[in-house]
Amino acid sequence: MELICPAGNLPSLKAAVDSGADAVYIGFQDDTNARHFAGLNFNDKRAAEAVAYAHQHGTRVFVAINTYPQVSAFERWQQSVDKAAQLGVDALILADIGLLDYAAERWPELRLHLSVQASATNPASLRFYHENFGIQRAVLPRVLSVKQVEQVISESPVEIEVFGFGSLCVMVEGRCLLSSYATGQSPNTYGACSPGSAVRWKETPRGLESRLNGVLIDRYGEGENAGYPTLCKGRFQVQEKTGYAIEEPTSLNTLALIPDLMRIGVSALKVEGRQRSPAYVKLITRVLRAAIDAAKKDPDNFSVDAEWMTSLEQVSEGTQTTLGAYARPWQ
Amino acid sequence: MKKSAPKLALGPILYYWSKQQVEDFYRDIADTAVDIVYLGEAICSKRRLLRGKDWIGIGEQLQARGKTVILSTLTLLEAASELSALKRLCVESPFLVEANDIAAVQILKELGKPFVTGPSVNIYNSRSLKKLSEMGLHRWTLPVELSANELARFQQDRPENMETEVFAWGRLPLAYSARCFTARAENLQKDDCQFRCLDHPDGLLLSTREDEAFLCINGIQTQSARTVNLLGETGRFIELGVDVLRISPQSRHTVDIIERFSQVLNEPQSPERFNTELESFMPTTECNGYWKGEAGMDQC
Repeated sequence: MELICPAGNLPSLKAAVDSGADAVYIGFQDDTNARHFAGLNFNDKRAAEAVAYAHQHGTRVFVAINTYPQVSAFERWQQSVDKAAQLGVDALILADIGLLDYAAERWPELRLHLSVQASATNPASLRFYHENFGIQRAVLPRVLSVKQVEQVISESPVEIEVFGFGSLCVMVEGRCLLSSYATGQSPNTYGACSPGSAVRWKETPRGLESRLNGVLIDRYGEGENAGYPTLCKGRFQVQEKTGYAIEEPTSLNTLALIPDLMRIGVSALKVEGRQRSPAYVKLITRVLRAAIDAAKKDPDNFSVDAEWMTSLEQVSEGTQTTLGAYARPWQ
Repeated sequence: MKKSAPKLALGPILYYWSKQQVEDFYRDIADTAVDIVYLGEAICSKRRLLRGKDWIGIGEQLQARGKTVILSTLTLLEAASELSALKRLCVESPFLVEANDIAAVQILKELGKPFVTGPSVNIYNSRSLKKLSEMGLHRWTLPVELSANELARFQQDRPENMETEVFAWGRLPLAYSARCFTARAENLQKDDCQFRCLDHPDGLLLSTREDEAFLCINGIQTQSARTVNLLGETGRFIELGVDVLRISPQSRHTVDIIERFSQVLNEPQSPERFNTELESFMPTTECNGYWKGEAGMDQC
């Protein structure tokens, strides 16, 4: 099982490569990728340096061009595909049917991975992308239990990559419009969820308030830790009860599941977080590398090292982690 | 480009209603001016008060009354059993099938059956539409987050014989999850949900901590609290060559809503006279931001 790590800039890429990632995934500096944040991602020069550095160290580079191009912007997404192909990257991570069609036609030799943003959760969907565009791997949305992932793998025509650590999307990726409903900008159309430009913080007599385009996402009392107002992790009212109606601020952490994921045939474990710092990337890569190596060596006696767990929890949202949909009770 | 008025479609019931309520609902629908009726369960495979044969029975009755019937399919497929059920439905359906996931597209293509797609199939550009057209797609629904201007670009080179549908009335389908938020609100686990969706025939309102109606929980689906209402855009629909307008069912007033749409389509000059009445048919307030190229919740 490979370890796939995120890089939002060259120092992060080097941190991932140096700490034992099998592959690193990056994006270009615009809305063609799903981490379209100011100051993040790679211009042409940096992307070339990134590929050179990774390849020198035997690490592969994947480029995510995984948002959905609209009619008027399609050409720009095509150009991103061309640019990535010409950089000599090892795979493209795509979601849009039209763009997959273009990439398969224009660069038939280039390896294609299906992005999690394509929302493919089952063997029939995977067959669609494999037969039509020759994808060789798919990243599964964070909605399946371990048993369901196993069933998908048993009938999948392609390699399966799953999320192992990082911010947790509660909704099926590629089909969540909550952010565009509130702000006009969503992962699909803009490459960002709950974008920073829409966030406002305000101290009020009732507490510190976080808003997204005017919508109150949360209000913090004294002593409460305020988190980034990701829409699905705010506190809301349902039937007169106030709480985390959708999900708490938490990160996905599959450390305990690593031997199971290997046993069922997962090809790659993906770490979320191109928006995070080089120090974060270094820490996560180191811990997951150690965990995967330990599980490979002796899967039956694998146990989660206390230091790994503490390290990961410290950098998690709300300093807590979850197994997410991999475990039925979460659902 | 065609310039005739769009037809009216009634989307699948997105909530969980009793069998009696569903049967009564479609008995009323049979008398309305709606041209196309989507039937079946698109949200949760645990909702089984009506089985395949029940839906087909309702479909046959509606067909006998001149309606075009389409069977809808599940949007989020997780278990292998859900995929098997989808396959069976695609094989056995006597009606056209609406794909709400690429799995259904693939299965219908393999069967050589033509199909339509609902709003959760991501078609964001003409090349995607063309590719699916080659596989048997003959009507697609514009993703709800795309605007009228974007649709205009699609329409400029839409594939031959491709029809376009727009979600014109109802709470917007916004997201799907492995988690059931209705069960969560009731402090239950999904595997023991006790079918609480039955208690919420129009979903469960989610408000901000300052009581602003924001979202609507419907099992594993999240909808907008606000109702999209594009009745005032009839002129634009005709200009853009939109073929079908989708009205999403709600537990009350659906027949009245269809009636008003039908009246306006026949007399496109006067949608405003129904504004106040239509507002009274909405669970909260209205929005049209997506259609206007703004945040979905806005009313422009």
